[in-house]
Amino acid sequence: MKSCRMRPDLEIIQHWIKPGSKVLDLGCGDGNLLQYLKQTREVSDIGLEIDAANINQCLAKGVNVLEQDIDNGLSNFQSNSFDTVLLTQTLQALSNPDLLIDEMLRVGKNCIVTFPNFGNWKSRLYLLRRGRMPVSRFMPYQWYDTPNIHFCTVKDFDTLCAEKNIRILTRTVVDNDHQGSWLIKTWPNLLGEIAIYHITRDHELSE
Amino acid sequence: MPEKIPSDSVGLVKPELHHFDEPLTLRSGKVLPAFDLMVETYGKLNQAKSNAILICHALSGDHHAAGYHSMDDKKPGWWDECIGPGKPIDTDLFYVVSLNNLGGCGGSTGPLSVNPDTGKYYGPDFPIVTVRDWVNSQARLSDRLGIEKWAAVIGGSLGGMQTLRWAISYPQRLGHAIAIAAAPKLSAQNIAFNEVARQSITSDPNFHEGRYRDYDTSPGKGLALARMVGHITYLSENALRNKFGKDSAQPGSGNSNFGRDLRTGDLSFGFNIDFEVESYLHYQGERFSENFDANTYLLMTKALDYFDPSVDYEGDLSKAFVNSACKFFLMSFSTDWRFPPARSKELVENLLRAGRRVNYIEIEADQGHDAFLLPVPRYIEAFSIYLQRVHEELPHET
Repeated sequence: MKSCRMRPDLEIIQHWIKPGSKVLDLGCGDGNLLQYLKQTREVSDIGLEIDAANINQCLAKGVNVLEQDIDNGLSNFQSNSFDTVLLTQTLQALSNPDLLIDEMLRVGKNCIVTFPNFGNWKSRLYLLRRGRMPVSRFMPYQWYDTPNIHFCTVKDFDTLCAEKNIRILTRTVVDNDHQGSWLIKTWPNLLGEIAIYHITRDHELSE
Repeated sequence: MPEKIPSDSVGLVKPELHHFDEPLTLRSGKVLPAFDLMVETYGKLNQAKSNAILICHALSGDHHAAGYHSMDDKKPGWWDECIGPGKPIDTDLFYVVSLNNLGGCGGSTGPLSVNPDTGKYYGPDFPIVTVRDWVNSQARLSDRLGIEKWAAVIGGSLGGMQTLRWAISYPQRLGHAIAIAAAPKLSAQNIAFNEVARQSITSDPNFHEGRYRDYDTSPGKGLALARMVGHITYLSENALRNKFGKDSAQPGSGNSNFGRDLRTGDLSFGFNIDFEVESYLHYQGERFSENFDANTYLLMTKALDYFDPSVDYEGDLSKAFVNSACKFFLMSFSTDWRFPPARSKELVENLLRAGRRVNYIEIEADQGHDAFLLPVPRYIEAFSIYLQRVHEELPHET
């Protein structure tokens, strides 16, 4: 196994995946996470991806991959056909994030969503001081060429979950070194840089 | 003629005839008492016999998939773009087996063979063979070659349908099913085109109810016409546009058919060949009819029309794959209107419902259905990567 440093959100969510479970990764990139989960948790895996170079990397790793644009939904998947559906750092690039979350919760028994928290103090300060859309190492795009068309904050996502009657099993908010200090726990929307949600529609699961 | 065999070619190859004595019961209920299969192989079978790949041909294909039969050959085998050292189906890694299917005219038992019941050639009496029958005969060939399990069974178009049938009929005998530009079954439009092709052949005055050889003739015109129709469906509108004519106007000026002059010369004001595409189609049709048997063409189109694995499962295709154990790799091409990407996606959806492991890519390509035979860069790259992985995962001899 290649010992590559995992993205902080991936490091945390792997512990939520049960061994031998069925996992669907939306926007699976180069397939690193699925490959890791296959090796460590023996999951049965499918990734959806649209970038040809990423798809080739998945094929080279033996990670099952379908060329499919998740903006067009998941209608080819049956309800409850996966244990866990993953959406990591992709939410903000979707045309209809709310609809996709509905679809994820239909297809998977539980879902994991991670996204950059736009409510972080750095973004707030950037906008406040410069009056321009924040550009940083982690969000390096200009407003006109960014794939990130639907930024949200931790508070926004909490509200969406409440409105949709989605049960939040776990919410973890960390900084980019994936440290979750007591400070971040106290003011997640202000201090957290990456939000990690473990959600479900199945209310029995959370009892 | 290759003056020199290219270094990425399998080189000079020789087909081999395999005879099978055990009767083969066909889907129709008819029985072939015995049969021959014409076979070519490339590469070397490893000691574990784990590195064998079966190639399934499409409508007009045969066993000659790669390399040359002699230095006088104008062209290599039909899938030479993909089979050879360093190519996607890498003959340095795999032992590749390619055969001419039953009912064919490349040397396997078919309409040109002698019917043991009558002592005369079969002609139109050759029984209708289906994809399932082909796969059963291919399984006999596997036994003969001592191959318990294929590393992969691979085919494009009608060949892809055979790989799917392998996954259904012999789930334990293949590791990977690779179906390129395939479909779960034919559409009404597909069948309609096939019927036009069949009518072209059977209405040729030289057809003689399929007994044309008795009259020392052949329905060449009809077969050429059938091929012309088929050929149009293999190409995209773009592929045709790029193939013919010369630039006649400024691009974007809005006149002259996208700025192209399609004429061969001055207009004849008669019913002669006025446009390049006409002479191209005539040439393709005539060349094909010189080398192909009309009865075989009729059989092949019927095999296509009859393919539908869901018929045994109350129309639920996913149920057909419930026992399949192999991994699937499907590829489609954006401008293929014969078996468009939507048909491959239909397959993907059913394979997912059956709980199978599936990989799928949709390749941007201008060439239409024919793209699976051509060196489309993304296609070649993904195909190579996938099969390298297949090779890495093979059980190897120590």
